[in-house]
Amino acid sequence: MTLTQQRKLKTILVGIASWTIALLLFFPIFWMFITSFKTELQAISVPPQLFFEPTLENFTIVQERSDYLKHAWNSVVTSFGATILALIIAIPSAYAMAFFPGKRTKDILLWMLSTKMLPAVGVLVPIYILSRDYGLLDTQLGLVIIFTLMNLPIIVWMLFSYFKDLPKEILEAARMDGASPWGEMTKVVLPLSVGGIASTGLLSIVLCWNEAFWSLNLTASEAAPLTAMIASYSSPEGLFWAKLSAASTLACAPIVVFGWFCQKQLVQGLTFGAVK
Amino acid sequence: MKRSITRLLMAPSVILLLVWMVVPLSMTIYFSSINYNLLYPGRNNFVGWMNFEFFVTDPGFWIAISNTLTLLLSVLIITVVLGVALSALIDKPFAGRNVVRVLLISPFFIMPTVNALIWKNMMMNPVYGIFAWISNSLGLEPIDWLSNYPLVSVIIMVSWQWLPFAILVFVTALQSQDTEQKEAAQMDGATGWHIFRYLTIPHLARPIAVVVMIETIFLLAVFAEIYVSTGGGPGYDSTNLAYLIYNQALLQYDVGVASAGGLFAVLLANIVAFFLIRAVGKNLTV
Amino acid sequence: MAYLNITELQKHYDNYHALRGINLKIQEGEFIVFVGPSGCGKSTLLRTIAGLESSTGGSIDLDGRDITELASSKRDLAMVFQSYALYPHMTVADNLSFALRLAKEDDAVIKEKVSSVSASLQLDKLLERKPKELSGGQRQRVAIGRAIVRQPKVFLFDEPLSNLDAALRVQMRLELARLHKKLGTTMIYVTHDQVEAMTLADRVVILNAGQIEQVGTPLELYRSPNSRFVAEFIGTPKMNLIKLDGLTREGDMLQLKLMDTLIDFPVARVHGPLPSNATIGIRPEHLTIVSDSGDLTGRVELIEHLGSEAYTHIRLANDQTIIVKAPARTEIKDGEMIQIRVDRDELILFNESDRVFSVVPEEANHE
Repeated sequence: MTLTQQRKLKTILVGIASWTIALLLFFPIFWMFITSFKTELQAISVPPQLFFEPTLENFTIVQERSDYLKHAWNSVVTSFGATILALIIAIPSAYAMAFFPGKRTKDILLWMLSTKMLPAVGVLVPIYILSRDYGLLDTQLGLVIIFTLMNLPIIVWMLFSYFKDLPKEILEAARMDGASPWGEMTKVVLPLSVGGIASTGLLSIVLCWNEAFWSLNLTASEAAPLTAMIASYSSPEGLFWAKLSAASTLACAPIVVFGWFCQKQLVQGLTFGAVK
Repeated sequence: MKRSITRLLMAPSVILLLVWMVVPLSMTIYFSSINYNLLYPGRNNFVGWMNFEFFVTDPGFWIAISNTLTLLLSVLIITVVLGVALSALIDKPFAGRNVVRVLLISPFFIMPTVNALIWKNMMMNPVYGIFAWISNSLGLEPIDWLSNYPLVSVIIMVSWQWLPFAILVFVTALQSQDTEQKEAAQMDGATGWHIFRYLTIPHLARPIAVVVMIETIFLLAVFAEIYVSTGGGPGYDSTNLAYLIYNQALLQYDVGVASAGGLFAVLLANIVAFFLIRAVGKNLTV
Repeated sequence: MAYLNITELQKHYDNYHALRGINLKIQEGEFIVFVGPSGCGKSTLLRTIAGLESSTGGSIDLDGRDITELASSKRDLAMVFQSYALYPHMTVADNLSFALRLAKEDDAVIKEKVSSVSASLQLDKLLERKPKELSGGQRQRVAIGRAIVRQPKVFLFDEPLSNLDAALRVQMRLELARLHKKLGTTMIYVTHDQVEAMTLADRVVILNAGQIEQVGTPLELYRSPNSRFVAEFIGTPKMNLIKLDGLTREGDMLQLKLMDTLIDFPVARVHGPLPSNATIGIRPEHLTIVSDSGDLTGRVELIEHLGSEAYTHIRLANDQTIIVKAPARTEIKDGEMIQIRVDRDELILFNESDRVFSVVPEEANHE
């Protein structure tokens, strides 16, 4: 075999291997999607059916039975609300730490991250009691507050890494051009870090959307986001797989599609600024 | 800019996080020292270390600790090892690489509750599940995953969720690897394995540190997967610390004991964090 | 009273003394180049003048005003950065007008200024482009334009040409020289490239380890360096340095002993006490390869042909290598023994602490 042929063969083998692994990892999602268009009987048929006549009735039933739209709206409000709030709080501090670092900046950042290490269960009881006493149990506002605080350390950290990577000379140029600290932030830093802020925000939305611990423990029916709604499908053993799949598809589709579209930014965000 | 303005800008997040940390934690400490059951209000007398004793002597306590650590370490090893291998694989060009990337990232977007439901029902169900069908087709006895290997099942679910994260971080990192360096090594007679071992792995030190750090934060707190799939069982076989405390607090309404357990979780997290920051901290420049 | 007056300027970092008492007077309209090896403090000095670094001692006066503690933007200075530091999210026009807009100048005035600057730098067709759609040379011109538009009292350049390829660098160097002629504004320019320093500067400031080593016109520095550091730093190839085997005084003459050769050197060209140990410096172009009665003998090791001329590397009897720069000749071969004559008028003498104690004769300065 010539060298060229060897290389071609290698490329083909790499392609086959990658595709196989990707399809295997994606299979559960694909199966969930397929199952949501089956009848209950088809859903549990052995051997599993790949070809069948699709039906949409599961989706109608899910909406009727558990009011999908209400929970979806809860998810949207809490994810976006908490993300926007957290960004508003985090941007000024990340900015200050990145551009005017003091001797203790590093310690503060590590401390912030360490609050994220604090396990939620450790404070579950007090948070539950506080939410109950302040009437925040099973409300959107309660979840927004919790989500904001929960993601704040990661958001500050990510923004900090983005800001820190901005070329210093551009900021110095702005300073020489007569920009005030405020002007520097609004006219140069923010426009330059739109990408970074976007990917931070996207990641925060994904984390909020998929958050399950607080959603399960602090909401019941009114403010329950999709994660909590889905959990209510877990009880009937082995029954209603098609409806379960329909509900799951509905719960995940928005964020998965969102994730596909924002893949590039998200990947950037996921590396937490540690990887160029 | 003046220090005072810098402080002012940082104040909101620092104060909020301080409150978020200090208030509930001190409440937890307080609750852990009193008799506090939601079913019997009003009898909140000081009981000293009794709640801790109660929690530690709970038959599930040591199992939960060991399950928590097993889960953490297994998923870290699986995702890092497979992540590095797979990212090295898809780093090379082939047809449809972008689609493969999209497929690979997808499980990361699936919410933990759905993740658990898909695996529990459609994959691992001993009668109707895909795994059972595969076993049957091969003429083997189907395995009842959730009953016989509950912790392994949870590890599979959680790894499936976090593997994409690891892959994506590593793929991004690999793109920044110096190709000239690799070419130089090739000219020096290095094989693909040599390049992987002596150039790629060291290059990935920092990304691996990031992955380990982030995953640890989330893995110590795995909850929904267990809640939805095994319910901690059978027995305590798949109960981790988070689930044990949840069980005490919201199922048995014993706030005192749950708070004592919460403090154990905090302690455990601190121990892990201590070792973690020592091990990977030097690779993270803040 | 100088236009820009730097007095006893100090810069301490935590554990590093970057500027150790800089004194420098710059006249209005001068083109000053700071040059030196990396880490010598040239960029720190420029950035301290710009106000991007704060000084830890001393003062800077500009046009009769103490600017030491003033914010960068209030100093009436404009800077061109090494990386150009263009605002990537703004068009060329917006980049050029950013400072004017911040200063809330009149729209019509801004437009007028931007269009005249862009015309003079041939940027008028690129005004709507973003920096990433420009070539390296165009970006460089935008960076310069951004500085010009503000009509500052002093232009600061921080290694502005180091990111350009060789051909473009030569072209931009010419454009900068032309620009200085046209505007007549004071310019301070940092570079590590001595060719840029020599070709652009009215006066060159050579820095070494946080101190000024010597200030002078390019020719002064070239002809009469006052230390071994300056002598070696300026000139390509480097000045040849040969340790003397002896130094004795015979009436009006010094006798320099170089291996077996004695070279006469007028005492009148020496100042200060005679050192016991000395080194001579002689530039490669002041050595000539001769067929007989040369001052030195050596073996040809290597010849570098540059076209019109050639650098001949020669190993002397004491194992030291020297370089002769001469018009290209093909008859000399590697390994051949040859003789070299030293141009006595161009000899420079260094004492044991590497300071120069000889003077270049007047007539030699005007040859």
